[in-house]
Amino acid sequence: MSAVTSTHDHHDFAPGPDGQALEQPRWRDRKRYAWLLGLIVPLLPFISWGLVELTGLGVFWFYGPVLIFGVFPLLDLIAGLDASNPPDSVIKWLEQDRYYRWCTYLFLPLQYAGLVFACWMWSHGGLSVFESLGLALTVAMVAGVAINTAHELGHKRASSERWLSRVALAQTGYGHFFIEHNRGHHVRVATPEDPASARMGESFYAFWPRTVSGSLRSAWELERVRLERMGRGPWTIRNDALSAWAMTVALYAVLALVFGPIVLPYLLIQAVVGFSLLEVVNYLEHYGLRRSLREDGRYERTAPEHSWNSNNVASNVLLYHLQRHSDHHANPLRRYQALRHFDEAPQLPTGYAGMILLAMFPPVWRRVMDRRVVEHYQGELGLANISPRARARVLARYGTPATQAAGADGLAGGGAR
Amino acid sequence: MSRWRCPACGYVYDEQQGHPHEGFPPGTPFGEVPEEWHCPDCGVRDKVDFEPVP
Repeated sequence: MSAVTSTHDHHDFAPGPDGQALEQPRWRDRKRYAWLLGLIVPLLPFISWGLVELTGLGVFWFYGPVLIFGVFPLLDLIAGLDASNPPDSVIKWLEQDRYYRWCTYLFLPLQYAGLVFACWMWSHGGLSVFESLGLALTVAMVAGVAINTAHELGHKRASSERWLSRVALAQTGYGHFFIEHNRGHHVRVATPEDPASARMGESFYAFWPRTVSGSLRSAWELERVRLERMGRGPWTIRNDALSAWAMTVALYAVLALVFGPIVLPYLLIQAVVGFSLLEVVNYLEHYGLRRSLREDGRYERTAPEHSWNSNNVASNVLLYHLQRHSDHHANPLRRYQALRHFDEAPQLPTGYAGMILLAMFPPVWRRVMDRRVVEHYQGELGLANISPRARARVLARYGTPATQAAGADGLAGGGAR
Repeated sequence: MSRWRCPACGYVYDEQQGHPHEGFPPGTPFGEVPEEWHCPDCGVRDKVDFEPVP
């Protein structure tokens, strides 16, 4: 709740009206130049190529997944945490500094240069199928992280930034994401109705089809209803989902025409693996967390306790502070450099990079995370968002002992809610 | 013609301008906006939470 309150605060604190030049405060942003490191990701196809050339080893085409799944989780462990927040008085100044925007804008030309380069390698590079597959996975890492860049851009009011968001999504065919995420996920977050909020006891592999198909249907439905209000049917280019997918079709068609149809299977692989990387991040962001229903039938307001957060520096720089997820849900328009850590928000044991890895191994994930959900609700599992299919198993395992440990009034009360 | 502000992000629904992209042509009274409508900018608050702008 404090997150939401502070939104009002920062308007009040503002030293000048919007759009006016603000005086630079004395406070210095220690992450300022670190954000440029995020641009390493779209350079991955070129870095892979460089490593292959240097070593003569084709296996370096797999450098993308090695960096994301191997190096970044280690970097999180080594670089540690940073919970420092910009003071409320500089938030406004920090948000209007256009330097930070350019760090995200620059991602896009590099992203597409890498994609074109990969298409050239697939068609004319003389790669083996194994090497081409490695390059496709490396390109998929760029594509997945590009959805995160699109996410940052798609939340802004400026239509130019929203348009850039759609361009960044075209590579994965996930153009409907900016519709569903902004108008679906943010409204229903941490409720059983949200396809993009994972339930306790639900493995990533059970979550994947639910979120992929649910988000698609949600985006279509949101657009159908919006167009209906305008007196139109859904089959029009004014349908933002259709126009976004058209961008993908045009992109793939041009690439296949220029480089030959050989690129199509690899484009498909990078798209599916790319959006799966986004979905695994979705999986961990709200796992098991639930907003309770109020007496008037509405859900309680989204609060810091409804998102998992992390202050691991490496993942935070890689993902534009996405891990400060509670502040993002309280203030979705706030720019990444100004997102804050909240003490009351539940914290993940490591950064998103390491948690992605755990999510791929459901027994390990459950071992690490289910206990934390139980602790978060102090044993009152009735408050958690539990998968209906896993309900009996989860309650049998964590119900009674957890309740005893918490010394609370017991699951009989909590579980019945 | 009145104006209504989202208490979370500051978005203002101005009846004079409506919100054509959301399907509300200029001049659409706030009362005709569906009850289940959410703030189009942040999605954090619902229509019932909007506050009149004096």
